[in-house]
Amino acid sequence: MSQLLSKIAECIEFGKINKAAPYPPDRKGQDGADELTKQALDEGIKAQTILSDALLPGMEKVGIKFRENKVFVPQVLMSAKAMSTAMVHLKPYFLSGEVKEKGTFVIGTVEGDLHDIGKNLVSMMVEGSGWKVVDLGTDVKADQFVAALKEHENSIVGLSALLTTTMPSMEKITKAIKEAVPNAKVAVGGAPVTDNFRERVGADFYSSNPQGLVEYLNSQVD
Amino acid sequence: MGKILNKIKQGKVLVSDGAWGTFLQQKGLKPGECPEEWNISHPDEVFDIAQNYIHAGSDMIETNSFGASRFKLEKYNLAEKTFDLNKAAAEISKRAAGEKFVLGSIGPTGVILMMGEVTEQELYEAFKEQALGLEAGGADAIMIETMTDLDEARIAVKAAKENTSLEVFCTMTFEKTVTGEFRSMMGVSPTEMVETIIDAGAVLIGANCGNGIAGMVGIVEEIRKANTEIPILVHANAGMPVYQDGETVFPETPDEMAALVPEIIAAGANVVGGCCGTTPEHISRVRKIIDEK
Repeated sequence: MSQLLSKIAECIEFGKINKAAPYPPDRKGQDGADELTKQALDEGIKAQTILSDALLPGMEKVGIKFRENKVFVPQVLMSAKAMSTAMVHLKPYFLSGEVKEKGTFVIGTVEGDLHDIGKNLVSMMVEGSGWKVVDLGTDVKADQFVAALKEHENSIVGLSALLTTTMPSMEKITKAIKEAVPNAKVAVGGAPVTDNFRERVGADFYSSNPQGLVEYLNSQVD
Repeated sequence: MGKILNKIKQGKVLVSDGAWGTFLQQKGLKPGECPEEWNISHPDEVFDIAQNYIHAGSDMIETNSFGASRFKLEKYNLAEKTFDLNKAAAEISKRAAGEKFVLGSIGPTGVILMMGEVTEQELYEAFKEQALGLEAGGADAIMIETMTDLDEARIAVKAAKENTSLEVFCTMTFEKTVTGEFRSMMGVSPTEMVETIIDAGAVLIGANCGNGIAGMVGIVEEIRKANTEIPILVHANAGMPVYQDGETVFPETPDEMAALVPEIIAAGANVVGGCCGTTPEHISRVRKIIDEK
């Protein structure tokens, strides 16, 4: 059993989606996250065990390697794809309540900014670490963030920006959220953002990489 | 050989222009507004930017068309205007340039090939459409820039090369990794870039954006090591943006930028200009340093 789980973890780590997937080249023709997750369920391994002992550790390894610049965006995207393919098989167990998400993370690119690559990358990494993600898209206004936070109680919110010009927008939104939902935790990120900026605008957390955010989120619920 | 390349082959170091996006914002472009739409709605403001750089001493200026690909414009419901906005961009810069050169700017589409969001053919068609508009408006060269994905860069170069008669230039954006190597967001090193985009048809290559001109020295050295002949262009940011009192400021001063110009030329650069946060003042200082050499 543990061998199968570690094989699944490797598929996530190296981005092997399914048997047909050509990437990575050295795993061509081998079973991927898709087939192996199904096999694990067929063998009677609990969905929660597959998630906790295979998928999450696999994703964590990618997150750490990405932070250390040992892999880059393409590898993370492939891992995220492998993860979401495996998650399709686990979906019924989430719906039945047998497997639970760690919490809810609301994310969006702030008003005035239409860039979504970074935001999507973070969404995938957070989802891949066992959180429910509510993605509000790009050009998201303060009231949309506030509405989502009220709808999903106790969720944590993440603001993304690529353009330097939308940093003031981040400040405005952070303040609006703090006013409307005083307990809300606000994380900020994106190319122009720094921890110094985070402090100035009154947000709670900044990370230069998705794994840092994942660790922060997990620390809020553990 | 194209006109710009010809000058470089004569041994001249040329000066390019500075930032457009941050300049447009100073002129009142709002976050969320389409910068390229200004080519039609505010042509005089766009012209003023072009003219500022000509007055500052640029040998070549870009066009306000960085995000004018169909994929970016459709977010503003302007996809059908792709050709027209690019043509207008080149016309405005051409009018300001006089005898100087116009580089038709083409940035990334924002869609990721390897995720299956788009096919190679669709990307090719989008870049072709943009390049044709820029050529129709009078651009002398196509400047493909801020690329991070090598496949997208290659397709863009190929589309411009095969469908226009212009010189095709291409720069990518690199950051320093924690281990001190240069890599694009998608993991491409300057060395890996060189052969692929030259094969695709780029006659001048280099780097733009990033963290400031200091980092560019190492990038240029790496490109020069991989290819001793190819002309190299650098469009450097004025450092990393800093947030002050509700607005973002680029910290590198014109003097700081100019001070590194001799070093970047020694590393192998043939064309020097600026990216985000650089101003006509930066360019004018770069011009002075190069003329004094």
